[in-house]
Amino acid sequence: MLLRGLFNQSKEIQFFSFSNLLSYISLGAILVSIILFFILGLNYGIDFRGGTMFMVSSSEKIKVSDVRNTLTGSNLGDVSISQATNPLETLSAGTLTSTDNIFIIKVEKTEGQNIETKVKALLLNKVPDIKFLQIESVGSKVSSELVRNGMLAVLFAVISVLVYIWLRFEWQFALGAVFALIHDVILTIGVFSILRYEFNLSIIAALLTIIGYSLNDTVVVFDRVRENLRNFKSLPLLKVLNMSINNTLSRTIMTSVTTLLALFALYFLGGDVIRGFTFAMIWGVLVGTYSSIFVAAKILLILDVKRNWDEKDSKAGTQF
Amino acid sequence: MPQLSFFRIFFIAIVCFSSLLFASPNFFYSTVDRKLNNPTQTSSWPDFLPSTLVKLGLDLRGGVYMLLEVKTDDVIREKFDFLWTDVRSSLVKKRKELGSIRRIDTSGDQLKIEIGNPENIDFAIKEIDKFNSSTELFSSRWSGSVQKDILKISSLENMITITFSDEQKRTLEKQVIEQSLEIIRRRVDETGTREPTIQRQGRKRVLVQVPGLGSSEELIALLGKTAKLTFNEVVSIDSSSNFPAKLDEIVVGSEQNNDLFYLLKKRPVVSGENLTNAQPSFDENGLPAVSFNFNPSAALKFGNYTKDNIGSPFAIVLDDVVISAPTIRSHIPGGSGIITGNFSVEESNRLAILLRSGALPAEIEVLELRTIGPELGRDSINAGKLAALVGGLLVLTFMWLSYGLFGIFANVALMLNIILVMALLSILGATLTLPGIAGIVLTIGMAVDANVLVFERIKEEIKKNSTIYNSIKIGYEKALSSIVDANVTTMIAAIILFFFGSGPIKGFSVTLGLGIITSVFTALLITRLFIDLYMLFYKPKVLRV
Repeated sequence: MLLRGLFNQSKEIQFFSFSNLLSYISLGAILVSIILFFILGLNYGIDFRGGTMFMVSSSEKIKVSDVRNTLTGSNLGDVSISQATNPLETLSAGTLTSTDNIFIIKVEKTEGQNIETKVKALLLNKVPDIKFLQIESVGSKVSSELVRNGMLAVLFAVISVLVYIWLRFEWQFALGAVFALIHDVILTIGVFSILRYEFNLSIIAALLTIIGYSLNDTVVVFDRVRENLRNFKSLPLLKVLNMSINNTLSRTIMTSVTTLLALFALYFLGGDVIRGFTFAMIWGVLVGTYSSIFVAAKILLILDVKRNWDEKDSKAGTQF
Repeated sequence: MPQLSFFRIFFIAIVCFSSLLFASPNFFYSTVDRKLNNPTQTSSWPDFLPSTLVKLGLDLRGGVYMLLEVKTDDVIREKFDFLWTDVRSSLVKKRKELGSIRRIDTSGDQLKIEIGNPENIDFAIKEIDKFNSSTELFSSRWSGSVQKDILKISSLENMITITFSDEQKRTLEKQVIEQSLEIIRRRVDETGTREPTIQRQGRKRVLVQVPGLGSSEELIALLGKTAKLTFNEVVSIDSSSNFPAKLDEIVVGSEQNNDLFYLLKKRPVVSGENLTNAQPSFDENGLPAVSFNFNPSAALKFGNYTKDNIGSPFAIVLDDVVISAPTIRSHIPGGSGIITGNFSVEESNRLAILLRSGALPAEIEVLELRTIGPELGRDSINAGKLAALVGGLLVLTFMWLSYGLFGIFANVALMLNIILVMALLSILGATLTLPGIAGIVLTIGMAVDANVLVFERIKEEIKKNSTIYNSIKIGYEKALSSIVDANVTTMIAAIILFFFGSGPIKGFSVTLGLGIITSVFTALLITRLFIDLYMLFYKPKVLRV
């Protein structure tokens, strides 16, 4: 087969020869992300900011400045208009035609039917053949709850993971894994503040999935580390870690590639609605794969682990 | 040589066969959907096959999603307003002993009364305590059970504070929410939509989902109105709102004329909850109106009132606005009548619906509103299908190229995996959303992980020159702990998402979670079965993974 033996390299790669440099790069990236988050902030969607969003389509090109002027003068608060990619550019069979222009219009206010009716009337006046594909309105009470729930969910996920790994391994492993997760989450938030992609509820879902995925990777490496620590009791920790990463490398690459293949299909073909989500996931898979090798294992190296693994230990691995 | 117990093959075959059976309707969605909608018509979908379809979320089929909050605090405040008028009139009679009587701090969920002579405060408390078992207080707007000792009365110097006991407050909230749910359900049903879901969420919220509705405007027009209808005695009419209103009187504006104000008696003669029926109709001039019927006791009250007040005007009030104030021309004994106003046909229809379904016990506020057009939903489905198909093919090809025959085993397991997820979604009645489709596509990518873990271990064992059979056996054994740990951690994320997420996101957590379970099942049982069968029947000398 074509790809068979692609990863069957016999030579061991020395993962820790650049690890100090990479640690600084990782720390730097985390720092930059945090600074960016505080300077630029995130481009919050209406889920988190509150407001009303209209997704409309029209066969003619909408004059953005024209529509903006009409809406801005109508006491609706902040107004923003942007063009979205038509999901049908890539599809042949759909209800909309590929020549339709799709626009996203956001206004700050929400007050129920009044805003909806008002904006609809204003837009119909400007663009007679306008179609309303989606209207979302989130009040400030709900949006602040959604922010709180989102943060709680991420926090809760990190804590449960910490506890699980602690129970299954040792505290050093738990810290390593959790630090890798925090690294992934912060870098994802950093990328979202640079690229100004909309940060909404589905990105929180992506963050949690990234946590799950990155952990998945880390745990596989750790599992092998534990096994090798038992088998090679006198080998220095650095060598054990390096050997374990090499052992699991082909699996790490295989799984990343298959997941990325599926994600790229979603990114290019899945339509605009979930593009932000898939972007976050793709980024998360890349960062998560990196962090399980270079962050989680490095932390383990720094913290050092106990070497007298007892086979009869109640926490031993293959007992399920 | 591998052990192939009959039970093992039988179990796997049953699971695969039944999941194929339950997933099958979804692959012929439109045919089965048509059959479900027109059960009388002959359909090409056979009767002996299951016809449960995966429920599509609003983001895929279009519809309106609405999160409402019932303002229960308003009801409690209103209760204290009523209580104050009663308490005051009873205390005023004992003014000699009590001195001046004043209500302070009118907002909030309590009633604070200040009296002039603090030494007689016990006397006042005794008076107020008489209201403690008054059912009158609770029966005005809904019919619910009332316990004794509903009020908590405390005093400090010359101040008396009355609050509801916590238990009573909870009961009150519960009653208000339950009644609101019932009335919302009746109103939504009147729109004639298919399968609306109305459920309570949290303490005082209601989630309404109406699939297939293209616009939320009609729904808001129906749900946004309290529809509290009362018939009140008119004290006077003026063009300004500066009436010297007494305590039992209230100033109300007019629907038809902005410069017209009515001074009304606060306690209505009869109210909307006594209606037995309401229908759209036309008045003698052919203008749209609403006709109604009272229940017998209200009919009697109404009859007596009209008999005693011939010639004087009388106000029909809807949600604190006078919609019309006709003059009573004769005694109306039958308990039926007609409401005229400046209605369009549409408005009279809507008013009839609102009156029939009853008044909401409290105002409701729209917190969140999402409308998805059917076009967008259909396109999302198409896009999701295409992405799943392409993503799936890419993964299948990659696995085949990487692992050869074993890759094909994993691929068959992967396809069964997707069928299993679809079957479970149908059986559980879970909702498939667009993020849910993303979850399935992600599962496609991640599902092979367990197989990859096993295959890589087998490869290692082969390198160590173990026998073929041992390589496979040890490969599976050693990979197990990694597989369990890796999937439990992803499962943790899915479970947290399920509890914290709402709507579409919940759909994602469901498919992700199901995908984890089925991928472990397929990797550990189905792929293993294929490998064992291969070993048994082909007896390969060299294993190429």
